[in-house]
Amino acid sequence: MAYVTKSPWVVHYDGSSCNGCDIEVLACLMPMYDVERFGIINTGNPKHADVFLVTGSVNEQNKDVVRQIYEQMPEPKVVVAVGICACHGGVFRDAYNILGGVDTVIPVDCYVPGCAARPEAIIDGVVKGLGILQAKREAMVNGAKAIPAEEEAPAEEAPAEEAAAPAEETAEEIKEEGGEA
Amino acid sequence: MVIKVISVIAYLVLAPIVGCILAGLDRKVSAKMQRRVGPPILQPYYDVRKLFEKEKMAPTRYQDFYIIAYLVFLIGAGAIFFAGGDLLLVIFTETIGAAFLVIAAYSSNSPYAEVGAERELLQMMAYEPMMLLTAVGFYMFHGSFTVDDLVKPDTMAFLPMIGLFIGFIYILTIKFRKSPFDLSMSHHAHQELVRGVTTEFVGRTMGWIEVSHWYENIFLLGFIFLFFCNGTVWGCVIGALVCIAAYFLEVFIDNSFARMKWQFAFKSAWIVAIVLGMVNIFILQLVF
Repeated sequence: MAYVTKSPWVVHYDGSSCNGCDIEVLACLMPMYDVERFGIINTGNPKHADVFLVTGSVNEQNKDVVRQIYEQMPEPKVVVAVGICACHGGVFRDAYNILGGVDTVIPVDCYVPGCAARPEAIIDGVVKGLGILQAKREAMVNGAKAIPAEEEAPAEEAPAEEAAAPAEETAEEIKEEGGEA
Repeated sequence: MVIKVISVIAYLVLAPIVGCILAGLDRKVSAKMQRRVGPPILQPYYDVRKLFEKEKMAPTRYQDFYIIAYLVFLIGAGAIFFAGGDLLLVIFTETIGAAFLVIAAYSSNSPYAEVGAERELLQMMAYEPMMLLTAVGFYMFHGSFTVDDLVKPDTMAFLPMIGLFIGFIYILTIKFRKSPFDLSMSHHAHQELVRGVTTEFVGRTMGWIEVSHWYENIFLLGFIFLFFCNGTVWGCVIGALVCIAAYFLEVFIDNSFARMKWQFAFKSAWIVAIVLGMVNIFILQLVF
């Protein structure tokens, strides 16, 4: 097993989010969910990060920032779009300055729906991202080209109402993971 | 001679293992203090293994050289210490190693790393006098700078050198990069200056820095051990226990205090060195 899945360091960028998803991302780090027990650390530094969490949609002003953070991250890396705004623009989709979801600027590996995305759903998204991270690492070792993001992505652009559904199953997954740790 | 070789090899092999476990316990205990579950004990090992799996990426190709030099000098300092060499030589070798880390940070040309490097230099100025005074204190008390002589004396140096001991614990907070004084590089991510001196180090390079921290922490704890050596087994047991207690005292301090400005770190470290260190040395001069 690649060690990259045992210590995924996260860099979190707030696009033009309403802060709802940001607070949920931070809630994952709090004692209640404590993602550090899986080795997940919120680094503020893209150069140390493996997982790029983006909340909020991408607009004309921050598209370069998102792209630059993505480019500064060393391979293997995954991008997780957190919240419906990051997935596809959400209620801001038709605003004149909004480009849409994060995937309009950088390849996204995992979509976490919800408004705001629940902490369980975010953790589930990151855990799914870890599988992709592992595949990318193996591709790196084998010298093959990294698997294109579109093929691997679960692409579950579900509406916000379904956000509670993945939470049920993730609770169990978290327990299992917690037991391992 | 054989014993020296064995102890150096033991240091080279065991120091990263013990250092890694101590770092893991540090994170676990910190998590418990914050009422979290915390990562597995071996998490620092997983982190380093992961860093070695990452893509190579560097703003300048010389920085790897500087970081390897940092690692080599720190291992060298520890090796001299555990071979029973000169305490002053240990301190100077360790300082050269620290200087290489500063150069590496400067070479990256990143504003965060540069500010971190400047603060690292200030920290070196802050802790260096106390480290030297500790070595001087050992010389005053035992009449030798050589670690070989310091591990088998007749009397325990702890009580006569208690001022130097407290002063050394004080600067250990700076050396371990614990909270009131983690100005140049915080172990906790997403805090000061992005990641301070290590901002631009990616993957493998960052992994080497973590490994050198493990080596460094072990031989710094070795200094504390020297305070308790009195030639008997009990001295060694007390020394080892105090080393562990000192480490977790630093973890406790880390979790209890907010970060101070560099002015405070600098002034307080020098005041501690002058008041506790110098007074203790005067007493050693007058009494012993």
